Amino acid sequence: MRLADLALLNAEYDARRAVALVTDLPAKDKKSSTQRVVRAADVEDDPLGGIIAEHLRAGRSGTLEHDGREVFIAVRVPPVRLLLVGAVHISQALAPMAAMLGLDVTVLDPRTAFADPKRFPNVPLLPAWPDDALPAYALDAFTAVALLTHEPRIDDQALVAALRAPCFYIGALGSRKTHARRCERMAEQGFAQGDLDRIHAPIGLDIAAVSPAEIAVSVLAQIVAARRRKPMRAAACLGA
Amino acid sequence: MLASDDDILREAQSWRETGRAVAVATVVSTWGSAPRPVGSHLVIDGEGLFLGSVSGGCVEGDVVAEAIDVIADGAPRLLEFGVADATAWRAGLSCGGHIRVLVERLD
Repeated sequence: MRLADLALLNAEYDARRAVALVTDLPAKDKKSSTQRVVRAADVEDDPLGGIIAEHLRAGRSGTLEHDGREVFIAVRVPPVRLLLVGAVHISQALAPMAAMLGLDVTVLDPRTAFADPKRFPNVPLLPAWPDDALPAYALDAFTAVALLTHEPRIDDQALVAALRAPCFYIGALGSRKTHARRCERMAEQGFAQGDLDRIHAPIGLDIAAVSPAEIAVSVLAQIVAARRRKPMRAAACLGA
Repeated sequence: MLASDDDILREAQSWRETGRAVAVATVVSTWGSAPRPVGSHLVIDGEGLFLGSVSGGCVEGDVVAEAIDVIADGAPRLLEFGVADATAWRAGLSCGGHIRVLVERLD
């Protein structure tokens, strides 16, 4: 491994961009291997582009056969973040559970009575409107967004930002009726059906969750599936 | 999720930049109940100091020993460990799994 390659892997990680190190593994009798770094932005130019892209998306390393050689694709992806919009009861259950899954959780709510550190010990809080806080937070492909306030004035600002960003997961709390009205408002903002199809609503897998903690489990299970499942199977499973 | 392994690669870079000889070991495939996922790292310096893990601790000793050789001659090695391996009793995986580990020098 070249030091320059390792430095590039680390720099891309710091910039929250996915990157792969592709290695032709040494054959049993040969003591050599070749290696290249493939950045997410350059993936289409690589002979293994489609496969590498899928590994980057799922954040999963692995081996494959190519041209009679065994190739190892090691991915380095940024830490996955979860933005909870709404410092509500469900978020109080979601935040610690998400942390156990290794997600970097942030809770946003302009209502300072809700976004109170006493309600969310050790959780980074953004006591601000989405329009003010999200440009600096910088939504990206390794960020999941859960809209939980039941307040269109707050949720909609975050939803517009999430739909304009490549977030891998967008979930919105509320009934089908509430969601239909939400989609109408987004359509008025110029979003197409394909954009609206990205929203998981009602939020969470259908496990008949009742309590805030149970709803948190259903939301987190849906986020894990969105992240880890292959796209075809994800569509079937998530019912988005 | 990946924080610890990411810290390890950062550490490997800083070790090398401060002039230490460094080898990077990476789990490239697993079979059965392997304790550490594909992509896990162990970094080793020329003195045999190491950071991270490629198993629950069962094969690290052998990987570190091989890493010293890799640092000496610069040739990467693909190591295999598992119950079917002849070295199983010495450096086997008690969990019954099988792993392959790529060890390469950081140049």
